Amino acid sequence: MTDTAAPIIRDPALSATQPVAYGNAPAFVGEPAQIQYLGLRTEIPRRLYITLAVTGFVVLFVVWCILSYGQFISRIFLPTPTAVVVAAGKLWESGLLTQDLWVSNLRILCGFTLAAVVAIPLGMLVGNLRAIEALLEPFLGFVRYMPVPAFIPLLMLYTGIGETPKILVIFIGTVVQMVVMVADVTKQTQSDLLRAAQVLGASRWELFSKVIWPASLPGILDICRLNLGWAWTYLVVAELVAANTGLGYRILKAQRFLQTDIIFLYIFIIGLLGVLSDQLFKLAARLLFPWARQRMRAE
Amino acid sequence: MIATTSTTPNPSTAPALIVWGLTKTFRGRAGPVDALKEVSFNVMPGEFVALVGPSGCGKSTLLSIVAGLESPTTGRVVIDGRSIVEPGPDRGMVFQRDNLFPWLTVRENVRYSARLKSIRRTLSGAKRQDFDARCDQLIDIVGLSKFAKSYPSELSGGMRQRAALARALANQPRVLLMDEPFGALDAQTREEMQELLARLSERQGTTTLFVTHDVEEAVLLSDRIIVLAPHPGRIAREIKVDLPRPRTLEMRLEPAFSSVRADVLESLYSRQRRSLSESQLQSMVR
Repeated sequence: MTDTAAPIIRDPALSATQPVAYGNAPAFVGEPAQIQYLGLRTEIPRRLYITLAVTGFVVLFVVWCILSYGQFISRIFLPTPTAVVVAAGKLWESGLLTQDLWVSNLRILCGFTLAAVVAIPLGMLVGNLRAIEALLEPFLGFVRYMPVPAFIPLLMLYTGIGETPKILVIFIGTVVQMVVMVADVTKQTQSDLLRAAQVLGASRWELFSKVIWPASLPGILDICRLNLGWAWTYLVVAELVAANTGLGYRILKAQRFLQTDIIFLYIFIIGLLGVLSDQLFKLAARLLFPWARQRMRAE
Repeated sequence: MIATTSTTPNPSTAPALIVWGLTKTFRGRAGPVDALKEVSFNVMPGEFVALVGPSGCGKSTLLSIVAGLESPTTGRVVIDGRSIVEPGPDRGMVFQRDNLFPWLTVRENVRYSARLKSIRRTLSGAKRQDFDARCDQLIDIVGLSKFAKSYPSELSGGMRQRAALARALANQPRVLLMDEPFGALDAQTREEMQELLARLSERQGTTTLFVTHDVEEAVLLSDRIIVLAPHPGRIAREIKVDLPRPRTLEMRLEPAFSSVRADVLESLYSRQRRSLSESQLQSMVR
């Protein structure tokens, strides 16, 4: 193409639908503006987004199929998709799958709820009262870097091998992070909003309950969403070490008998549960905080 | 309450607001700094007073002290014969940024104080209905009836500031405090807001203390202008604005308006010529 700069001139009488461009005017009115697929922070069409999202999974699945069905990797180490589905069917029939799911979810629920109930109020205090911050922040920074699994032997010594140590591992694993994160989010409440509320007659307590709390709620929900993911990690760690039920325990047991299909299945299930809870949290945020969504759209 | 009474201050009545010997000293790196030094003035009921001055003259600090958000080093602020020590519903405040609660709709924002215990106590039965009705009326006056159920994020800057104004008036404050309320708005919206405020204060007769660095705005809205000088913040001059009411934007073209404006600028200039560069002066005049 040598004459791209030449003006495109067409007779308007030729066709009403055919756009006309003269000189350097943009050619072809109605032609969609060129989409920058790799433009930094530029929007891409929604359909393309979904296609790409699905592609990621499909590629992984195809690679898995080729490697396992083609026997490039021994089936002992890499089970075929069929084997995983069969394992799912067997475990479902025996009721073990349901039992594991139930037990693990209950542990998550208890440990995580406990952590949230403690961390949210504490985080609000740390974030907004300097005295409490001074009292707790350095201590929390210290505890934050302690590896939670290292506590498991100690917890078993203290509380035996029942449900308590598992719930406590989840609790310890998430509560410290949550306090720090909640403190950070509540601290971001604009002091101008606090001043406005004060002038309208808010007491100190009401600055917490009627300004900081509602202003931070979307952020707090997001913190819960992230910490639930970590709670799953700590659950599996706890179950790997000391349990006779649950998803983590089943994985450990499968390893002993080289049942990689079961290991694969359970890892998938944990992944699926993670995605599910993530989406539920996002849905809740959209329903509960229409004002925050609007703000995001406006910015 | 919507009163149609004349807003001309009556000299025989007691002042609505007394600022007496106010000094505010901050501890700076190079020793104590006086943000305000011995500032005293009165505001009569229904009077609209503007505080004008360059940055650093302590006008915002002064307003914060009157609001009760900061405490003075010495001196006191008296409203209706009572010394104030903390924020209270006898004062309403509009900030430079609208400061609406983003999680509440316009109507919920305007009614916000009814959620607070200190106000709720006073709003039993019929009084609560009066309060709600008054809030709706205020929303109507500032032209936001159609947006009563909108969230602040769905409104323009000017609309948000009008909602903030309605909210500040909901408690029927004795004194309305405004801290450069239109400073963040674009020129056209600012003019609309000035006209609205002029109309509103003439109609409501609310005692108003208004901080601005826009001289024209001050002349347009006020009965009296207090010019502050910086370092330390103190009163340089008080200028009475004897322009007829109702005030309109067109009045800015009249000679009487220009002469007051020149007067204010003159007292600002003469103070600053020594300490400010030409570019700083330009931004002051605007």
